[in-house]
Amino acid sequence: MTLLRLEPRGEASRAMVYATPLLAVALTLASGFLLFWAMGFDPVKALHAFFIAPLMSLRGLGELAVKATPLVLCAIGLAIGFRANVWNIGAEGQLTLGAITGGGLALAFYGEGGWWLLPLMIVAGMAGGALWAAIPAFLRVRFNASEILTSLMLNYVALHLLNYLMHGPYRDPDGFAFPESRLFEADAVLPLLVAGTRVHLGSLFALLAVAAGWFLMARTFIGFQIKVIGLTPTAAGYAGFNQKKIIWLTLLLSGALAGLAGLGEVAGPIGQMNPTISPGYGYTAIIVAFLGRLHPVGILLAGFLMALSFIGGEAAQIALGLPKAITGVFQGMLLFFLLATDVLIRYRVRFGAKRAVVGRAAA
Amino acid sequence: MSSPPHRLELRGVTKRFPGCLANDQVDLVLRPGEIHALLGENGAGKSTLVKIIYGVLHADAGRIQWNGQDTHIPDPAGARRLGIGMVFQHFSLFDTLTVAENISLGLDQPGPMDALSARIAEVSERYGLSLDPRRHVHNLSVGERQRVEIVRCLLQDPKLLIMDEPTSVLTPQEATRLFETLRRLAAEGCTILYISHKLEEIRALCDTATVLRGGRVVGSCDPRRETARSLAEMMIGTELSTPERLPQGEAGAAKLQVRHLSTTSDNPFATNLKDVSFEVRAGEILGIAGVAGNGQAELMAALSGEALVPDPASVAIEGRPAGHLGPRERRLLGLAFVPEERLGRGAVPELSLSENALLSGYAREPLVRSGLVHFGRARSYAERIIGAFNVVTHGHRAEARSLSGGNLQKFIIGREILQKPRLLVVGQPTWGVDAGAAAAIHRALIDLARSGAAVLVISQDLDELFVLSDRIAVLFHGHLSESRPTHHTSVEEIGLLMGGLFNHPPDEDEVDRAV
Repeated sequence: MTLLRLEPRGEASRAMVYATPLLAVALTLASGFLLFWAMGFDPVKALHAFFIAPLMSLRGLGELAVKATPLVLCAIGLAIGFRANVWNIGAEGQLTLGAITGGGLALAFYGEGGWWLLPLMIVAGMAGGALWAAIPAFLRVRFNASEILTSLMLNYVALHLLNYLMHGPYRDPDGFAFPESRLFEADAVLPLLVAGTRVHLGSLFALLAVAAGWFLMARTFIGFQIKVIGLTPTAAGYAGFNQKKIIWLTLLLSGALAGLAGLGEVAGPIGQMNPTISPGYGYTAIIVAFLGRLHPVGILLAGFLMALSFIGGEAAQIALGLPKAITGVFQGMLLFFLLATDVLIRYRVRFGAKRAVVGRAAA
Repeated sequence: MSSPPHRLELRGVTKRFPGCLANDQVDLVLRPGEIHALLGENGAGKSTLVKIIYGVLHADAGRIQWNGQDTHIPDPAGARRLGIGMVFQHFSLFDTLTVAENISLGLDQPGPMDALSARIAEVSERYGLSLDPRRHVHNLSVGERQRVEIVRCLLQDPKLLIMDEPTSVLTPQEATRLFETLRRLAAEGCTILYISHKLEEIRALCDTATVLRGGRVVGSCDPRRETARSLAEMMIGTELSTPERLPQGEAGAAKLQVRHLSTTSDNPFATNLKDVSFEVRAGEILGIAGVAGNGQAELMAALSGEALVPDPASVAIEGRPAGHLGPRERRLLGLAFVPEERLGRGAVPELSLSENALLSGYAREPLVRSGLVHFGRARSYAERIIGAFNVVTHGHRAEARSLSGGNLQKFIIGREILQKPRLLVVGQPTWGVDAGAAAAIHRALIDLARSGAAVLVISQDLDELFVLSDRIAVLFHGHLSESRPTHHTSVEEIGLLMGGLFNHPPDEDEVDRAV
């Protein structure tokens, strides 16, 4: 005797595709409420500190944009790949490489920069990310090696490379052997967009990426090919779409965007090279991509939401003395509830047992 | 005639799936010893009904009586205990095991292997199903594999044997042999429920036919007193118009030339083509017959460009070597292509019809300009296809998967024909398509050829090939026979060729398999 049944819908529900992210957010808040309550905090106050207080000042909103920027940049690229069934899990490493190559230029031309340095760093950052993504692309196309594994493993390689550089070539000569570089000079730092905040040019790039990502997927023939390959590879083969080309394209594109995100961090809010450039933006971007339904506009919204979880987590650490893990808990709950509620897209919930029909069959 | 209890009686069986009523108040009576046909178009509810009888599905409402007793069939094992056996269209055999091992896996109480082998030998001999229990399944022909499935059922001494489209994988000669077995079984009192859409077969074999349409029983009849045409009309519910064969005009220049085409595939289960040569001329339809798995898939891929061939000259379109060209380039040379699988190759299930129009239309229609998709044109192209080929759908926005098989096939064939190809290659144009849509598709293919295009039809359906083709050739184990003018050959002759009886240099393992 079941009280709750799942009944398959004839076709996917359009409404639920958009409703389930909201439902997931609501369930996350509800669980957060219970969690804080069980831990002995005033849940209303705690949720306020986590989700509302950071939004109540210009500075807080600015921080939101600063955190959302790398998430959105990475997620746009990842989502385009995911649409083509190219599972790049390596945005974190590509982001790191973008910081290494772009930031390396800032250090190499330290004291001899000019107006040309920043554009060059941007190009180098994108190239670095793309180069790192080219490795899984090559391995996939040439040896059919799963890009999920290769791109993931390269994240650790990138992190170790960064650590090596920070303890060696990139270290500030006057830094008392701390693994930090010199502060970038003004020529090597992204200009601020809004006075009184840390919002920098990278945020504009993120918005451009949203628009370009939408245009690519919705209007271009490449976008159509990406969709078909992702949905039905055999149909793409029948139509004559070059799958290898699409694998290369999507990986290079997402690598370049992640590299841009990394460069934006070191040439933006951080302003120097250090061993902890990213608190896991490249991984969180995977959640952002799915939470945003792999749609650029959805990703923009999801990017802000996840940024809020980072900032709120920090605020909760300060205001309530909660451990750092609280950020991960909320992000995890959000993804969990999203995946769980996704079942509603193809199924509807029915209450009560199938009594009437069963009775007739038995009669 | 005294009336023993009916073997199986269904009353008011109803089964509902989300969005469709698969069986609606179905009544069915099966008597001992009869061969009973279950007829219906795709989607009429035949397989749902059979799955209910075999315990795979459960009816939402209705009553099942077995030998006059109310009964409930919980699962296939329960059905087997009652004495119901079923031979599925797709076999479930392990290639690396022997016949006896495979059969033992499917039995509820197999007993020791030696005794089982003896019983297999005995049963297969009694019913004329020659079968060696020690042979491995991977070197059995499709017909022999089917015998394994049948023998597996017979060992359980069934009172009711359900056969789902059994001849779709057989040559005509193998089918004839199967019919003898089934008649012998029926004579011993076993009831046979025979599902097929091949009307001539049903007329030759069955005593009674129940016709399903849209989930309901719309009639029953004695098929021996009906014509294939009247049966088809019962099935589709309207009168059938068969395409008239116009006399073939002068065959023009060769549009497709295949010269000594051989393929080597990485896939160990592929059937490589061996020195295949043929040509298709403007204005004619060439049919290629053959039982599935004899190289059709490899030939289709080599022609469409999905698989490239080493020697560019071995496939020439409009006289130009094309073996090294991909699908897009071949389309630009004038090729259009309808694959065997509609959903998942010929169309993307989740995409709308206008996007599916773009799928192959991009090469020959002005739908893409400087990298951008012209969605307005894709939409009107889709609407043109829907209009010209009477595709039943609620518009160009409908997802491909929402269309019935016949309508989707009309859409795909329409999409290819409206590109005004000089050469059209079609695989299984009407497989699983209802009779009305099949007639429309045949009409369109003949019209295309008469308008001066070359058409190549690769099909397992001999009736279809005899309706359509000007010449017929047969593919067997990767070899292609000489083509014969359709009016100078017969189903029997083509059937013999499908069994491999034509001259080709035999290779090592083939000769014994061919029989």
